[in-house]
Parts: sequence; structure tokens; C-alpha cells
Amino acid sequence: MYGRFYKLSVGLPPVVWVLAFLLVPYAFLFCYSFWSVAGQNVVHAWTLANYRELLRTPMYGEVLGRSARIAGMVTLLSLLLGFPLAYYISFHCSRRKELLYQLVIIPLWVSYLVRAYAWKTILGSDGVLNALLQFAHLSGEPLSFLLYSPLAVLITLTHIYVAFAFLPIYAALEHIPRNLVEAAQDLGASGPRMFWTVVFPLSLPGVIAGATFAFVLSLGDFLSPLLVGGPSGIMISNIVVSLFGAAFNWPLGASVSLCLLLMVLGVLWGTERLQQRLRFH
Amino acid sequence: MPEALLTIRTVEKSFGAMPVLRGVTLDVAAGEFLTILGESGSGKTTLLRLIAGFEQPDRGEIAIDGERIDPLPPNRRPVNTVFQHYALFPHLSVFENVAYGLRVSRVAKPEIEKRVGEALELVQMSKFARQAPARISGGQQQRVALARALVNRPKLLLLDEPLSALDAALRRQMQTELKALQRQVGITFVFVTHDQDEAMVMSDRIALLRSGVLEQVGPPREIYRRPRTTYTAQFIGQTNLLQGTSARGAVECGCFRWASREADGPVIFSLRPEDIRPADETKMAPPRSVRFRATIERTMFHGSSELLEITDAGGRRLLVECAGSRELQGSVLFEFSIADAVRVTES
Repeated sequence: MYGRFYKLSVGLPPVVWVLAFLLVPYAFLFCYSFWSVAGQNVVHAWTLANYRELLRTPMYGEVLGRSARIAGMVTLLSLLLGFPLAYYISFHCSRRKELLYQLVIIPLWVSYLVRAYAWKTILGSDGVLNALLQFAHLSGEPLSFLLYSPLAVLITLTHIYVAFAFLPIYAALEHIPRNLVEAAQDLGASGPRMFWTVVFPLSLPGVIAGATFAFVLSLGDFLSPLLVGGPSGIMISNIVVSLFGAAFNWPLGASVSLCLLLMVLGVLWGTERLQQRLRFH
Repeated sequence: MPEALLTIRTVEKSFGAMPVLRGVTLDVAAGEFLTILGESGSGKTTLLRLIAGFEQPDRGEIAIDGERIDPLPPNRRPVNTVFQHYALFPHLSVFENVAYGLRVSRVAKPEIEKRVGEALELVQMSKFARQAPARISGGQQQRVALARALVNRPKLLLLDEPLSALDAALRRQMQTELKALQRQVGITFVFVTHDQDEAMVMSDRIALLRSGVLEQVGPPREIYRRPRTTYTAQFIGQTNLLQGTSARGAVECGCFRWASREADGPVIFSLRPEDIRPADETKMAPPRSVRFRATIERTMFHGSSELLEITDAGGRRLLVECAGSRELQGSVLFEFSIADAVRVTES
């Protein structure tokens, strides 16, 4: 058996880490959300005022709703782009498989900021896209709705998180034994029939994991809306940032954060249950 | 022989620069149990995959009932396969696995219920219909894989080393069951294995494949008793290869000599260990037999039989199999019938 010292030295660090960097901050956040602020000071008295404020001001609900909508669309687009790509690389490339896989991964090594800024130069009113459109005489005036809009946020977030959707889907597809594909064909199934009855159901755990990544990560994103979103494209995290920063209303910021956190936990719980039902082995 | 169900004509297949099948021609009769036997790398699985449609031949034709199937995709061939590792769909129940082929070909629901029920009955898996494949044992998965293929009533069933993952006892049991099942359903089986005992026990005919060429095709007894080449003689069972020359109406192999009508030149004979027996010194040698004295080097007792390693006067080592009833030692007189020495060609 392992000695007591060994057990402590291996078991303690993660416990301390989780306590110090996750549970304690969350506890603080929780407490803050039930406190209030007066002038420059936080008042340490329990109150539900913050939550009442959230319910009373329609802006919070709207932004939260918009964030969920954008995250949902990012998820959908990421799946629509990521799944065919993963399927193609996994099932129809034999020699260039590694290369293509790497090409999908490489953008992940590029700084988030660089990728977000790239879209600024593409979508801006004197950007690449407008230059192209004008060059082709498809539009006279530069289109100004491209940048600083929910659309720009959607495009940028999809570009950034599609790889996160791709990876688990690709892993799930790679794990499907190829003799199952042959068995389906052998039993008379055509290509599409084989895909929908064998490949797709067996890839679902990966699809759900990919969707969870894309949704949760984009729901809490604040850099893309900040850089390309403009006033109409702000998301819930931007509100949190401003409440904690310029507005100096930590308690209200904490309550918004907590709502977001609960939403994310709900999504994670739901998808985890779904995945467990889909586990076959 | 009844009319051929499956005809394979001069089929060739290479993977890159590697030739795997080099002109295979083979007929399989309806209702036959044919085993393609060969070492790993002999091309036996490739031949099976060509019949199933997972690979395309470079040259040659494959036909069922006279109609070419090699241009057809796997899902359009009247052929079903039992895969080496069963390949059951993990997300479907045993019942749904077996029903898969029927659902694909749009068989009516009550008919599916009935036929899947019968197929599961046939392999004694009715009790497990609602189970997931991961929850049943390897032998049971094997049976389900068999039912899944048979339920479609294929003209031809292909089996790719289906028993290789089972332990020895279960394997022997499944060999007998499979053979009985084949008789019962009357479907033509093409069975691939590297195990010569399995091939002998189950097959109506064995096609011995070696480096992409058929070495010999015939019923197990014929292949065993009348091997045509040294390779066949050595691959199927154990044998003694006697090398010598034939000249002026007599064969001389080391210290053995007998009259024969072989053409002059070098010759090789295959003599099975069980065809050599200790001779009764008090009696005359039977006609057309060879007697020789040899020293017993080693004995390996196998219960019902005993394998002897002996050295004859010329210093040649031979294997002898005899009933394990008496103990032999030292210098012993042996004999064999000339008829049992089978002329083979070097290969």
C-alpha cells in the first residue's frame, strides 16, 4: 500500500488547487451577488436587490438572450462546417490525412487576438471584402453593416471555435471500426443508408462534445464582441466586464456572472447525461 | 460435380507493386462447404474480399450463377459475410443487428419479426434478442454475426476466419455446429482459415492458397492422401519427404529401393508417418512393400498414438506414427507399402 506521505503529496495539490482557484472564488462571487454597493464601498449586507435589478431591467435579459442565440448559431455553424470536414478527412483521405488534420489544428496555435483582428481587416468598411465587392462592381458604397454587428461576432466566433467542434467529432469518427462500414454495405446498405444508420449514430457522442465546446466557449466570449461586435453585438460577458470595471458595481456583475455560470452548468449537465445514454461500450 | 454457383476466373490483384493474387481460377458448387486455406499473406482474405466486393480485381472475372458480380458494389451482391471480429453494430440490439439487412431491403415488419426470430432460434440466441452486443460473450457474438448474415438468405456466405478469436474448446464446438448448420440451411459456404485441422474437419473441399496461387484444390481426404506438391504434403499434416532418383524401372531413395514405372530422373515421394509401421520379423515382407531397419531416436507419446523419430541406415531422419500400445526401443525393423509413397513435385 502507499504510505501516508505519498498519498498526501499526490492528493493534496489538486485539492488545494481546486479549493484556492475555483471553489473559493466562486464562493466569493456567490456572496458578492447578494451584497450591494454604496458609492465606492461594497456593503456587506445580504440583499436580493441585484437579482431584482436583473429582472427589472430588460437589457440584461435581452443581452443574455442574444448571447445564447449567437452561441447557438455558432454551435450550429461549427457543426455544419466541422462535421463534413471531419468526416471527409477521417473517411475519405488516406495519404493526406495527417496533413489535413494538422491544417485544421494549426490556427489554434495562432493568438486569438490575431484571428479576431483578421476579421476586422476583412469585414471593415475599407476592408478586404468591401474592396473585393467594389472591385467586382457588386456594390457602389462600402457595406458598413459587415463589421460591428452580431453578424461579425457570429463569423468571428465560428471561425475561432469550429476547430473545437471538429476535434471531438474527428476523434469519434476515427474510433468507428471500419469493418462496421463494410458490414453495413455487406448487408445491402447504400452509402447514405450506411452513413445514417451506422456512422452518424456512432459519431453522436463526439458531435455532442463538439457542440458543448462551441456553445459554452462562445457563450462566455467577450473579446470578439468587443473587437468586432459594436454596440449591437455586445454579449453578456461584455456586460460583466463593464460592471466589474467602469461601472464599479461588483455585486451586480457577480449576479450576472452567476446567471451565466448556472446556464453553462445546466448545458454541461444536460450534455453529459445525453452522452451517457449514447455510450455503447 | 453439380453446376458451379461461384466461378472465379484468372483473378489477379496487386496492392501497389505487391502481387497478392496471381491468377486464381476456382469453381464452387451450390451447397458446397469450401475452405480457402493458406498461411498469413497467402492472399486468402483478399480473395474473400474480392468476392464480397470490398476490393476490385485488377484482372479476371467473378460470377455467381453465371452473372458477373465483380463490377457490382458490395451492397448489390447476393453475398453476405461473417467478419473476423464479428463487426456487430454496437448501438443496435442483437435483434436489430440481425434485422439490419432485412430493414435495408424493405422487408415487411411482421416478416422481419418472423425471420429474425427464426434466425436467432437457429443459432440459439433467442434469449438475448434485446441485449446489446457488448453485453454478450465472444462465442455469442459469433452466433449473432452468423444469424445476421444467414437471415438474408444469401446465395453465398463468406466467413473470414470467424473462429480465430475463440478459445480452443469453444472453437471445436463451433466447428461442428457450423458444419451442421451449413447442412441444415443448404447455403454455400466459403470459409477462410489458416488452420489446417479446422479446414479438414469442416470442408467438402479445400483450396490451398500459397503466395496468391492455388496450390491444390480437392476434398480433405484427397488433399491429405494425394498431395501433388511438397508444399501441400508438408502444410497439411506431417510427412516424410523421400528424395531420390528413378532409373531403369526402379526408384532409389537413400537406402530404399523399389520397382516403379516412373520416368527416369530425380523424384520426391511423400510418405505419411502413419504409413510406416513396425514390421513383424517372423513373417515375410508383404508384396510391394519396403522393409528397413532404423534406430529409434526419440518417442513422443500422445495417448492414442505415439510419434517416433527414427534414423535409417543412410542416416536419414523419419517420422513414424504408430499405436501407442507398445514401447519400442533401439534398432527396429519397419516397413511401408509402396502404394503409400506419393510422388510429389518440388514446390
